Amino acid sequence: MGDKESKDSGLTRREAIIAATSGLLVAALPVTQAEAQAVKHAAKAPKAGASPGKKKNVYIFLNKNEAAFIEAAVARLIPADDQWGGAIEADVPNYFDKQLGGSWGAGERLYRSGPWKAGTKTQGYQLPYTPAELFRTALKAIDTDLKKTPFAKMSTADQDAYLHKLEKEDIDLGGVPSKVFFSSLLQMTMEGFFSDPVYGGNRDMLSWRMIGFPGAYGSYYDIVDKHGIKIDRAPLSLAEDAAGMIHQHPNIPAKQ
Amino acid sequence: MATKLKPVDVVTIGIGMTGSILARELVKKGLKVVGLERGRYVDTVPDFQSPNMHDELRYAVRKGMMQDNTKETVTARNNLDETALPIRRWDSFLPGTGLGGAMNHWNGQTFRFQVADFIYKTHIEKRYGKNFLDPDLQIQDWGVTYDELEPHFDRFEYLCGTSGTAGNIKGKKQAGGNPFEAWRSRGYPTPAMKEPYFAALFRKAANELGYSPYPQPSSNLSQNYTNPEGMKLFTCSFCGFCERFGCEHFAKSSPQTIIYPVLASHSNYEPRFGCQVLKINLDSDKKKAVSVSYVDSAGREFEQPADLILLTAFSINNVRMMLLSRIGTPYDPKTGEGVVGRNYAYQTMSSAQVFYDENTNINPFMASGANGTMIDDFGGDNFDHGKHKFIGGSYIGAIMTNGRPIEFHPTPPGTPAWGLEWKKAVARHYNHTVALNVHGSSTASRGNYLDLDPTYKDAWGLPLLRITFDFPDNDIRMANFVTEKAKGIAQQMKGKTFVATPRAKSWTTTVYQTTHNTGGAVMGSDPKTSVVNRYLQSWDVPNLFVVGASAFPQNSCYNPTGTVGALTYWAADAIVNKYLKNPGKLVT
Ligand SMILES: Cc1cc2nc3c(=O)[nH]c(=O)nc-3n(C[C@H](O)[C@H](O)[C@H](O)COP(=O)(O)OP(=O)(O)OC[C@H]3O[C@@H](n4cnc5c(N)ncnc54)[C@H](O)[C@@H]3O)c2cc1C
Repeated sequence: MGDKESKDSGLTRREAIIAATSGLLVAALPVTQAEAQAVKHAAKAPKAGASPGKKKNVYIFLNKNEAAFIEAAVARLIPADDQWGGAIEADVPNYFDKQLGGSWGAGERLYRSGPWKAGTKTQGYQLPYTPAELFRTALKAIDTDLKKTPFAKMSTADQDAYLHKLEKEDIDLGGVPSKVFFSSLLQMTMEGFFSDPVYGGNRDMLSWRMIGFPGAYGSYYDIVDKHGIKIDRAPLSLAEDAAGMIHQHPNIPAKQ
Repeated sequence: MATKLKPVDVVTIGIGMTGSILARELVKKGLKVVGLERGRYVDTVPDFQSPNMHDELRYAVRKGMMQDNTKETVTARNNLDETALPIRRWDSFLPGTGLGGAMNHWNGQTFRFQVADFIYKTHIEKRYGKNFLDPDLQIQDWGVTYDELEPHFDRFEYLCGTSGTAGNIKGKKQAGGNPFEAWRSRGYPTPAMKEPYFAALFRKAANELGYSPYPQPSSNLSQNYTNPEGMKLFTCSFCGFCERFGCEHFAKSSPQTIIYPVLASHSNYEPRFGCQVLKINLDSDKKKAVSVSYVDSAGREFEQPADLILLTAFSINNVRMMLLSRIGTPYDPKTGEGVVGRNYAYQTMSSAQVFYDENTNINPFMASGANGTMIDDFGGDNFDHGKHKFIGGSYIGAIMTNGRPIEFHPTPPGTPAWGLEWKKAVARHYNHTVALNVHGSSTASRGNYLDLDPTYKDAWGLPLLRITFDFPDNDIRMANFVTEKAKGIAQQMKGKTFVATPRAKSWTTTVYQTTHNTGGAVMGSDPKTSVVNRYLQSWDVPNLFVVGASAFPQNSCYNPTGTVGALTYWAADAIVNKYLKNPGKLVT
């Protein structure tokens, strides 16, 4: 795969698309407009490994300690490397903040009647906590557990070891089994990394550029049978306007 | 106090596919039909429009179009010794809600079951003898034959505009189609879809191994089409947002695109949305349904009297409504007596993956809900089971429906679940992996059944449906056998590495498998082992028809909706041509 974004100019990429598809590129937009957008994007796209901390997040849900843990933890779950930024560069903590502070955090689409029983491992989530309550409770317990050295202050090796402990062992985090907490943490990290940028993560469509997912494009009819071609267009967010700006809605609920 | 409404001729409980088709056949006859739908009115415009629809988080991960399980869910357990607990978030299967039901967000993989599927017990006993089956299995015949259903399969496919290559027209094998398929009276209404790269790689390997690959029949259309109802469908654009999403292009067959607008244009049809049906009310001697009770979205209670009641609420909801209304004797797994809830079955899924080098661009995001290439060599009873000691089978195919990255970021075996290695593996393999589906039958067995949960309730205070299910040993052996065959194909596809994941016990509610829940109100010719007769008419209450996959006595290896559609037209035909002329028991 490699860091094509920072090496190739937008124009080269555009030519590659045209060559590969013999001009048959059909998206939701007419070819010329789509191409124009692709160029605009490529020009705007920051270097993949853009340094963290450039943009300071203003959190509406996470308190200082919670934010410190989430930021440090997601950086270990999806680290930056020499080619691509990781969860921090993709603004995943921002995604956490908006999800946990919004309707998802409040338990949308969660059947919440008791009685509450632990259940077998095939029976799925059975705790009375909403996602917001689950994170609050577990993060508080982790802070207490790590009184001497907070997670964010540990070495990365110790952080990894602690995350593995949460993942594998049966630690009670104030009533939240650590395995349940860890799987929620990992799932939300994946969501924040890979979902559309409208949700506040996947900044600059970093993960989509990394894997080559074109995003919200509407049509591949003309190229689906051009087997094996390389699709190297800039990805499209579902909230981009004609100028290629992404509008972030802090809290688009999944519920209708 | 419930408001008692003016009587109508017919009520359908639910306005999904089955409810729309039946209502359409009856309004044509001049009957006054009311459709009661718990969900809201939704339509292609404006509800399914791009770009909003292309939102993986909202629709695929958070299940934006599915039944609202804060109000109503099911409980689940693997066996009688466990306590069932609520499915608090949908995962294993995804019931629909709202106009169009689950077909709004289905894939469109549109199959017919085979000749032997409908006479399963007779067929298996004849071919392998009476003692071949594991003692816990309880397979049965359907009471209807494939030949009787064929015109109705045909009608449903022409309604949907299904794209495919016929394999058997009136007994004559057709090149390029499935040589194992049951006879059809004519070809598919539209040709097969374009073959994507992953499917072509599968085709090549399957050919090399001497199997018979063919294009998966699809109700995401290969070309523009006008169906016999006059509804126009358009060519699928392979956008990769199909299963779990509504189709913005009018390319996927769903009630809104194939029939509902025609139905709604009849002045004698009245849909009511936001109406949760709670119960079917019977007369004093319990032989006749007189009305249904429902609550509207503001919480107001109504009673709607009707002469004919059609239970079209999706398989498991049909069974729950029967139990809540105390129609028929509930099945008791300990004694084996009773029928409602009996023979609940599912689908036995497994998979394989092939990982290619970095020059092989699979482009998994160019996909539709049903555009794979597959083989039926190990489907149903297409191979000799004599030495294998199991019944049933699976189809195998490269049927990749999307490359949406929250759900799809494959890594080879041995890759950690997170961290630097994981991330590098995702970047390396995302566009260079082909996934194979192994889609297996589900054999009815004594211990798998549906009843009402003793503890958990819905938002209206009524007991939730309880599912007791695990894969029978027979099906595990079947899935292991066919997964090995899939592994052979994966190897032949000549990537860098491959992996096969067979099915293991136990059924878990936490991983999506399919929404192919079947049985529980099964059809048959003996009221001791079936809830409805061969016309899907309740044995106990003849003015009630129960239509959906709830009628399947066991589940075949094919996706169910083609067969549900055929049964719907079959029941409609019986209602119009037999029942209306002489209301009463169609089978005695
Ligand atoms: C994600 C997904 C993918 C699928 N893919 C395929 C596929 O590729 N191939 C295939 O063959 N099948 C597929 N299916 C299955 C297919 O969608 C169903 O077989 C089909 O929709 C069944 O139609 P139905 O009319 O029986 O039920 P539904 O379409 O579910 O309609 C039932 C309606 O009844 C309403 N209802 C329920 N209870 C009540 C009540 N108490 N009061 C009022 N209204 C009520 C519901 O809201 C719903 O609208 C898929 C399903 C899902 C969820």
